[in-house]
Amino acid sequence: MTTTVSPPRPRVPGRPRRRSRTTDRGFNRVFRWIAVGAGVLILAVLAAVAVFLLQQAWPALTAGSDELAASVPRYPDDTSLLEYVGPLVFGTLLAAALALAIATPVAMGIALFISHYAPPRLSQVLGYLVDLLAAVPSVIYGLWGIYVLGPAALPVWEWLNSWFGWFPLFAGPVSPTSRVLATVSVVLAVMILPIITAVAREVFLQTPKLHEEAALALGATRWEMVRTAVLPFGRSGVISAAMLGLGRALGETMAVLMILSPGFLYSFRILDASQQQTIAAYIALDFPEASGLAVNTLIATGLVLFVITLAVNMAARAIVARRKDFSGAN
Amino acid sequence: MSTTTIDPSGPADATARTRAALTGADGARRRKDRTMTVLIWAAFVVAMAPLVSLIWTVLSNGAGRISMDFLTLSMRNIFGGDPSGGIYHAIAGTLIITALATVISVPIGLLTAIYLVEYGKGALARAVTFFIDVMTGIPSIVAGLFAVSLFTLILGPGVRMGIIGAVALSVLMIPVVVRSCEEMLKLVPHELREASYALGVPKWLTIVKVVLRTSVAGLTTGILLAVARVIGETAPLLVTVGVTDSINFDPFEGRMMTLPVFAYRQYSQGLATCPGGESASCVADIAIQNAWGAALVLIVLVLALNLVGRLVNRWFSPKLR
Repeated sequence: MTTTVSPPRPRVPGRPRRRSRTTDRGFNRVFRWIAVGAGVLILAVLAAVAVFLLQQAWPALTAGSDELAASVPRYPDDTSLLEYVGPLVFGTLLAAALALAIATPVAMGIALFISHYAPPRLSQVLGYLVDLLAAVPSVIYGLWGIYVLGPAALPVWEWLNSWFGWFPLFAGPVSPTSRVLATVSVVLAVMILPIITAVAREVFLQTPKLHEEAALALGATRWEMVRTAVLPFGRSGVISAAMLGLGRALGETMAVLMILSPGFLYSFRILDASQQQTIAAYIALDFPEASGLAVNTLIATGLVLFVITLAVNMAARAIVARRKDFSGAN
Repeated sequence: MSTTTIDPSGPADATARTRAALTGADGARRRKDRTMTVLIWAAFVVAMAPLVSLIWTVLSNGAGRISMDFLTLSMRNIFGGDPSGGIYHAIAGTLIITALATVISVPIGLLTAIYLVEYGKGALARAVTFFIDVMTGIPSIVAGLFAVSLFTLILGPGVRMGIIGAVALSVLMIPVVVRSCEEMLKLVPHELREASYALGVPKWLTIVKVVLRTSVAGLTTGILLAVARVIGETAPLLVTVGVTDSINFDPFEGRMMTLPVFAYRQYSQGLATCPGGESASCVADIAIQNAWGAALVLIVLVLALNLVGRLVNRWFSPKLR
């Protein structure tokens, strides 16, 4: 955190500059300090999130595996905390990666549709409609996933298994309940569509008009114009949009909790039940009934999730920020 | 490239032929263009299908459960398949906790936005911008765990009350408020500020009376959308506020129920057993029906907040050129 720098002060000691005498006094100064204080408070909150999580996770991080096995339900014997969290991290990453693989192409299509294909009059309204997908509470996605999407997707999962069963992801028995990671991934994909679309749309709209017109003037069709002018311009934007979506998918709780039938395996079989579990759903499932060291263990797994999402989000934002500075257009 | 061969058969249709040569790219390219157009339209339709299906499902499943009793009764002393009882306690809890979260987040978020737009220069402003973006990505359950950790330090372990949930929600809400308010404050033209300074108005008064006054509609929109964003959060409330079947208006004392958590709890109860078969006083799938009813109320709240937010901005914002 090299970035926390104290606010500017008069440079010359002893004699304040003229500006600070005339404009920065009385309530002006108070108001400025309040505004700066709010900004600093936000940095402090983020730091506090990390510190308090670490502080509460500490007992679990330092406890021996015997101690953990004694007080945490479903904790296998002779397992270190790392080995215990491992399958959860695996499940989280697998679900998020699958959701991202489904969502990114669709989101790019929607973003292009809104920015370049839809009638300009409609595009704002269509943008609102996509944003509505982000407004739907996750618990409703959970209900929808289990009662509507699950049964509807079951034939698809069976078809995938019968044709591509040799592929590790689609192997194994297909669970007739549809409470499997494949269904979860589709729901997660729908949930992260709006955020990927929103960022990609902004980037596509920023494509210099002259680039597009130059491509069209050279006789390019509309798709060729998109491929040669819009997509190269928006590449880094799309990458960071996808990473933001990944960050969202990693932390999604309720949809996973309600749909997935959990298991603790390093398993790629996404069509079978009781194989994987994600960190967020695991915490939400066990936390209400946990006490003592079990709470600390859950907070420790939450800390792992926090670190993963923080890394993904910081990387995404760094890409966006770098792009802003060296935009090829101007 | 067969279409581009020149056929010297007179100047009359030369223009037509040139146009055909220029616009009629060869078939493969045109087919590809068509295919991609269809795919891109299809992507949009694919995204709309879940939205339509979801809203339709919630409406059709939830509408049957909505009644005066459902909206005005709590679940106290309701067991098994008893179809009386309702979500009043959950509605009250949701409104109280969300209001508290708004009260915490809006001053902090708005002042930070003012700082970033009016004062922000240098490393601190860059750091705040960057970490607000990072904060947007904090998983909701982690925000809940943070609030639990914080209040465990203050009040000891195992405490559940409304204010903890409000703190968790404000961690999620502050970055959204800052982002949208910042955008709105940036829209205020510089000429307005300069005119105010030229009249000798101090900066803080300019901000309060000119900048905020001009952008009040946009700020309202941003705040309403932020409220809509957190009102449906489930996971942080599940770990911080707990569950109860009774009405509790006091966010500083005891557990509270909220709509999303209610929907989840009812869903996870599953089917009730009716010893004497189904009757008016025992409905086997009453819990599922309750869940859909709560989901309907919740989605109506969220959509209404979204709609009102958009309309406020459209109707009340000053026409800036």
